[in-house]
Amino acid sequence: MSGRAIMARSATPSGRRPMSASTRYILAGGAILAVLGIAAAAAPLIAPYDPESMAVREVMGVPSLLHPFGSDVLGRDVLSRVIYGLRASLLISISAVAASLVVAIPAGVLAGYFGRWVDSLISRTLDMILVLPAMLLAITLIAILGPGSVVAAIAIAVIYLPILARVMRTSTLVVTRNEYVEGSRARGAGHLRVLMTHVIPNALGPVIVQASVLSAFAMQLEAGLSFLGLGTQPPTPSLGGMLSDGRDVLTQAPWVEIFPGLAIVVAVLGFSFLGEGLRRAFDPRGVAE
Amino acid sequence: MSRLLMFVLRRVLVTIPTLIVMSIVVFLIIRLVPGDPVRTMLGFRATEANVAELRHQLGLDQSLFTQYLAWTGDLLRGDLGTDIVSHAPLSELLMQRLPVTLELAGLSMLLAVVAGVPLGVWAATGGPWSRRLTEGFVVFGVSVPDFWLGIMLVLVFSGTLMLLPPTGYVPFVDDPAANLRYMTLPVLTLATGEAAYILRTTRGAIASVMGRPFVTFLRAKGISERRIVFGHALRNAGPSIVTVVGIQVGVLLGGAIIIETLFALPGVGRLVVTGITQRNYPTVQVGVLAIATIFILVSLITDLVVGWLDPRVADGMMK
Repeated sequence: MSGRAIMARSATPSGRRPMSASTRYILAGGAILAVLGIAAAAAPLIAPYDPESMAVREVMGVPSLLHPFGSDVLGRDVLSRVIYGLRASLLISISAVAASLVVAIPAGVLAGYFGRWVDSLISRTLDMILVLPAMLLAITLIAILGPGSVVAAIAIAVIYLPILARVMRTSTLVVTRNEYVEGSRARGAGHLRVLMTHVIPNALGPVIVQASVLSAFAMQLEAGLSFLGLGTQPPTPSLGGMLSDGRDVLTQAPWVEIFPGLAIVVAVLGFSFLGEGLRRAFDPRGVAE
Repeated sequence: MSRLLMFVLRRVLVTIPTLIVMSIVVFLIIRLVPGDPVRTMLGFRATEANVAELRHQLGLDQSLFTQYLAWTGDLLRGDLGTDIVSHAPLSELLMQRLPVTLELAGLSMLLAVVAGVPLGVWAATGGPWSRRLTEGFVVFGVSVPDFWLGIMLVLVFSGTLMLLPPTGYVPFVDDPAANLRYMTLPVLTLATGEAAYILRTTRGAIASVMGRPFVTFLRAKGISERRIVFGHALRNAGPSIVTVVGIQVGVLLGGAIIIETLFALPGVGRLVVTGITQRNYPTVQVGVLAIATIFILVSLITDLVVGWLDPRVADGMMK
């Protein structure tokens, strides 16, 4: 339903939009994320070694055929750890953004559709979250709830809540002004029916775009928190944690620091390309910005 | 009363509720810790008497409202409490740490603006190559996590070229040259990402101004392209750039928390991170309070600057 609604909109008069560019971005981002996602999901099948098993003889081994990304201070295979770290980082980032969407979509729809005091209540409450800069808020929540991957995901979800809800609110406002919404109300449809069949499906585009863009930042945030020792806890491999562990041997074994960082950059690029492509296709009016 | 003065007054008044909400959030940090925060802080070897004493010292045995009033009262008098690990007064600790964070954030933003604005102008007015190169820089700046960029800079400039120290800090007043040597890599790390954002904003703002009728008019009058760009377009793009700088200060202060830890700079961010790992809640509170206050004040200042640069914004806020 929502797919058809969005398709119908993107085919409207401004057909001069370079569809090819948006398709190219979506394909590039989608391909990157598909490769990383499959690797992460199938980590136990793909990773050549157990990410936590140590080998004294392999300590800080130079990248070779046996260990394409080398091995770390404890002789653990860096490639296997990157694959498992990617699994943890992707899981946290995606579930954080998904959790944020679950709250932000209803909040934004209610605020945008009903307006007045409902809007004021929801918007002012969410504004309170913006009082602290994002990273500081994440750290504050971790200070309260204690470090860990679940708390890191919750913290990221809370940070994104006001942003996603605001985008949903704006796009709901835009959609609600359409005549077919008023027409549906006039024919006697209840609020719930109007919301479910007309407003939400047509208002979702920009929020999906924004969610994709925010997933890129979520990857960086998660890595940053794990780097500080506040996210995923050892011995579970995480990309940020690996970067923190390898700092002391940076000059002797730079591969321990280079590959996890590259993995983050590639994942961030995947989400950014996907977001950019989706924006060009589904949010030509720039509601998500 | 002049309109500008009214605008300033109103914007300053709007800041007060923000500060109050922020102070409540910070106040609640220790009170929201699951279980008994005092027990968590002292560990399980502490005696009941020790626990009761610290609870009393922190005022946790009173009603929430009384606690909040007492806490804000102390803050306003400059009494920030004591660090429960080192037993040093937190006001002293903050005075040592704050200059480091302010120097790091200030220099990074300065470098980001000095690099980002001209590159943005170049991107908007130059040929296809300027567009391609700057777009590459934007993608790089936005996608590379700052702390990883920092590690790579250490690898190149300290590990391989041996040009700069990898970590450490000397106060500016003790030895300005050494201070700047230690600050170079952290500042470069933080400024790169910020410069990319400022470049993008400047590029967008200039490009949109260049398409406006008054620019066509100026061209028709025979005014040089250079004067149009620097005398008119940049001036009109000013408010957008200042707004983004204000927003990005929040990002920069968040980034500084990680960068201080990475480069072993004794700033407020590192104070907060060590505070969390040591469950030293009073110190965490003071650190968060300090960073959040800087952020709120910078937002206030940038809004005032935007209102001064573009009186329409000030008028819009008055309605």
